[in-house]
Amino acid sequence: MSTPGTPPAPAPTTRARHAPAPAPGAPAPSAPARAGRVRNRRRGERGRGASVLSHGVLAVGSVIAVFPIGWLVFLSLGPDKNDYLHPGGIPGKAALSNYTFVLAHTDFFHWLRSTLVVSLGTTVVGVLCAATTGYAVSRMRFPGHRKLMWVLLVTQMFPVAVLMVPMYVILADLGLIDTYGALILVYCSTAVPYSAWLLKGYFDTIPVEIDEAGRVDGLTPFGTFWRLILPLARPGLAVAAFYTCITAWGEVAFASTFMLDDQKYTLAVGLQSFISEHDAQWNYMAATAVLIAVPVSVVFYLVQKNLVTGLTAGGTKG
Amino acid sequence: MTVAVQRAAADTGRGAGRPPRPGLLTRLKHGYRTHWYAYAMVAPVVVVLGVLVGYPLARGLYLTLTDANSLNSARTIGVNHIDATYRFVGLDNYADILWGPTAWDRFWSHFVWTVVWTALCVALHYLIGLGLALLLNQKLRGRTVYRMLLILPWAVPTFVTVFSWRILLADSGLVNTVLGSLHLPQPQWLESTFFQRAAAVLVNTWCGVPFMMVSLLGGLQAIDPMLYEAAEMDGASAWQRFRHVTLPGLSSVGSTVVLLGVIWTFNQFTIIYLLFGVHGAPDAQILVTWAYQLGFGQQPRDYAQSAAYGVLLLSILIVFTSVYRRWLARNAQPAV
Repeated sequence: MSTPGTPPAPAPTTRARHAPAPAPGAPAPSAPARAGRVRNRRRGERGRGASVLSHGVLAVGSVIAVFPIGWLVFLSLGPDKNDYLHPGGIPGKAALSNYTFVLAHTDFFHWLRSTLVVSLGTTVVGVLCAATTGYAVSRMRFPGHRKLMWVLLVTQMFPVAVLMVPMYVILADLGLIDTYGALILVYCSTAVPYSAWLLKGYFDTIPVEIDEAGRVDGLTPFGTFWRLILPLARPGLAVAAFYTCITAWGEVAFASTFMLDDQKYTLAVGLQSFISEHDAQWNYMAATAVLIAVPVSVVFYLVQKNLVTGLTAGGTKG
Repeated sequence: MTVAVQRAAADTGRGAGRPPRPGLLTRLKHGYRTHWYAYAMVAPVVVVLGVLVGYPLARGLYLTLTDANSLNSARTIGVNHIDATYRFVGLDNYADILWGPTAWDRFWSHFVWTVVWTALCVALHYLIGLGLALLLNQKLRGRTVYRMLLILPWAVPTFVTVFSWRILLADSGLVNTVLGSLHLPQPQWLESTFFQRAAAVLVNTWCGVPFMMVSLLGGLQAIDPMLYEAAEMDGASAWQRFRHVTLPGLSSVGSTVVLLGVIWTFNQFTIIYLLFGVHGAPDAQILVTWAYQLGFGQQPRDYAQSAAYGVLLLSILIVFTSVYRRWLARNAQPAV
């Protein structure tokens, strides 16, 4: 069948659909489509051509994913505020002066502290609330449990812009404006619904027999939840915590409305202050942006192993 | 329509056969005794959401029925407190938005663009995410590295990445420099309407793919490998395996993430706001950012119209979600 003159077989699997042909000609010689070897391969393996193609597509995808961030890191090394216009000149005079300036002469550490307080607070409070809610909906058939999940989904549909003014009024009435508590509460209200869905899905995958065993041994429902189910749900909790944490870490609109004291700005708001002045100090902004991105990425790599399993459970039962 | 009526009739029929229900108080007491654990666990979320979302919604709904703006609302200037003087105007705001003069320019053009934007972005998210997830789901050397790199856009805060994209897409930015060196046209990404829209879709796609990819990858890994083996034994081709094993196996994850994707993209405030600012790109604003501009980005601030936009947005999403869920339920029937 596969005479030398045969044109390259069409891409052997549907996996190649998004291939921008990274290695021209590579799939041609060993394309497995018609060769007798197909039958001899074990499942999950594929010919060289398909393999090269997969690597090519993934590599191109990775470059596209990483490039804008890498570019920002590169620009942040240019010491002058107009260097971003002439990136070619940066390698010659790359310096860390932007970083030293941001760390030494701005409120960076105040901002970092606020951001840490707010995002860790949101994570703890949010994940706890989401876990109890998810567990209650997953295990207990109380009246309204279906409606509750539906309402949680609906709260995701509110446009942020429209809630802002009434929220501001309420928080002002409660005396919470310009406090970390306000931001934690607001972020919880945006992050908890999705986390609760996700955790409910995860709890659904834990056998009910475990709860029953706990109850037989004399634990209260809270005890069962706290001592048996939570430890088992750790991957799901990790994903929910990650999601909550990045939601809080990178939010701009609420943070800039509810925090007035510039010492209490979160990093996201602090970053804007470099362009609100008379001139845009892009170089400091880039350096700050990189400094902001580093901690989240670290957290991210700590939980990323759990990410796939955790989201699956949430997704399949959603 | 007839189906709904029949079902309603059946419901009342069943209700009539039941013994008379106990009084409201008794039922509440009983419900409290049996379910207080559940209520205690749900209470924090319900209280916080009720105060921070429920009340603003109720207030927003009321505002849409008035002509409130920043000139006639209650406010404090120095030591003087001025009371609110706005009036109740009924449904005038909605009428004005939907078919008032210049309604096309203000609402419908943004509405059409929002729908196009949502459909385009979610389709791109899903297709690219699915493609990458399929690639990552093979036995491949270095796939952990690929996965970590591909998820990066999700891990880095949006305002950081959008800021980076703004530099890349600026007139003399890297994208145009590269296009120029290839002798391709260099569009003004952040200035002309079409390219503003293209840039918004591009950036949002870039930001949104990792979430889809990870979710779908999880879904793929949950598919029982036995099914593939069985299909292969029966001589199914790669396409047939994809069509009849992978796609049905992904349907539950897929339908959830598509629904979430539609909701999130429809309300995607951050990306457009950060990419163009409040006043830039009037034609690339979707309904959410447009509502924000009415409420915050102009003088006098039009609270009533802004809130009315919000309520319209919410209604559109609720209608979409119910239709989508019903459609899913109907399609799931033959499969089971």
